[in-house]
Amino acid sequence: MEEIRKRTTGFFVGVIVAQVILVSWQVQTKSGVRVLSAVAFETFSRVQFATAAVVNGVRGTWGNYFALRGVRAENADLRRQVADLQVKLQAEHALAERSARLQELMDLKTQAQLPTVAAEVIAGNPDPTMRTVTINRGSGDGIQADMAVIAPGGVVGRIIGPVGRHAARVQLIVDRNAAAGALSERTRAGGMILGAEANPPLRMDLVSNFADVKPGDNIVTSGVDGIYPKGYLIGRVERSDHGGGLYRTISVQPAVDFASLEEVLVVLEPPQPAVRDEAAK
Amino acid sequence: MKTAAIIIALGGALVLQTTLSGLIVGSTVAVNLVLVAIVYLALAYGPVTGMFAGMVGGLVQDALAGGIVGLGGLTKTVIGFVVGVLSAQFNLTSTVPRLVIFVVATLVHQVLLAGLQRITGSPMMSLQFSRLLVQALINALVGVIAFFVVEQGPEVLQRRRMRRASFAKKRF
Repeated sequence: MEEIRKRTTGFFVGVIVAQVILVSWQVQTKSGVRVLSAVAFETFSRVQFATAAVVNGVRGTWGNYFALRGVRAENADLRRQVADLQVKLQAEHALAERSARLQELMDLKTQAQLPTVAAEVIAGNPDPTMRTVTINRGSGDGIQADMAVIAPGGVVGRIIGPVGRHAARVQLIVDRNAAAGALSERTRAGGMILGAEANPPLRMDLVSNFADVKPGDNIVTSGVDGIYPKGYLIGRVERSDHGGGLYRTISVQPAVDFASLEEVLVVLEPPQPAVRDEAAK
Repeated sequence: MKTAAIIIALGGALVLQTTLSGLIVGSTVAVNLVLVAIVYLALAYGPVTGMFAGMVGGLVQDALAGGIVGLGGLTKTVIGFVVGVLSAQFNLTSTVPRLVIFVVATLVHQVLLAGLQRITGSPMMSLQFSRLLVQALINALVGVIAFFVVEQGPEVLQRRRMRRASFAKKRF
């Protein structure tokens, strides 16, 4: 009995020491166990494909057959909304044509259409404290680390390594390790958007106390980070208070509803050097 | 049989965790099914199984999550081993002690993990007590339900089958 207890304790100490060495090695080299991560990710993404197919199948069956009560009333309501929106669209078209003409007159460069690839979200992160999702596109589709990921609502996040052949991991902008260059659409006051474990899950840092940023302002990407293309909507300011130091305390509600994220677009443009790096050259 | 139980519990927890977090990403409520599976295995099979389940589950979770591989492995190995030792020393077969073990294991796991993140200089998760407590209670609930299903499930099915059989006999 004593022998078994000793052996178990020995085992435990051995396992702990082995893992401490593993962790220390990564902390020293800062390189990480890339092979282990890559193999685990590639293998598990296959399982996730299958699981996502089953979940989508069940969801599709439910959505297409069982959850159709009240659709007729909703349809009539939507038709009315479409009619209203068509009227508004006419006005917007007129406005857009006018601004396009003005833009030509001012000799501004029009933003080029970004090359993108559509992807489906197939899984989340096994660690509940990390806000990442797995998509069903990978290096085989031209995806690389640090490419921006967007949705119709706005910015979703960026690709992080390792990128599998047919799957890739997206760090959501609301992850506590995520950051992006940002500015206020109204006043062009610049700063940095950071993920926060709070509600709302984004905060904007490095905005001077003298800057004019109010609740309701749209926050868009500034492009200075070299990852996110300029001008994409990140979210809306929910609170903006005078900070204790030099900077304001700003909380931002993301434009994208991450709770129902199903399809995203990956911007197939390799990351550019950040503005500060270019200036250093 | 034991190896199969470990593989099913850990594999199932990982698949469920990634599927569920894919559906509820952005929510502030989080459940750690891998940790639940490890505590379950440690309570059911003892310290050695708990330790190995913790090591394998933690390392795989780390490798899939991104970041430093081994932080979760280390914490879960300790949790698996300690819970296994406790289950061998004390009688933890009723619901309330199990509930307490799941809650305490989750809290200790989160504190250990945050400590290791601080030591290694990796980004730390927030240790907001109310949030930790909610997660611990959800984990405990899931764990106790898992025990109930595994222990009482076959018995309940057997009883239902017998009731049906006797009902059929009465009819004919």
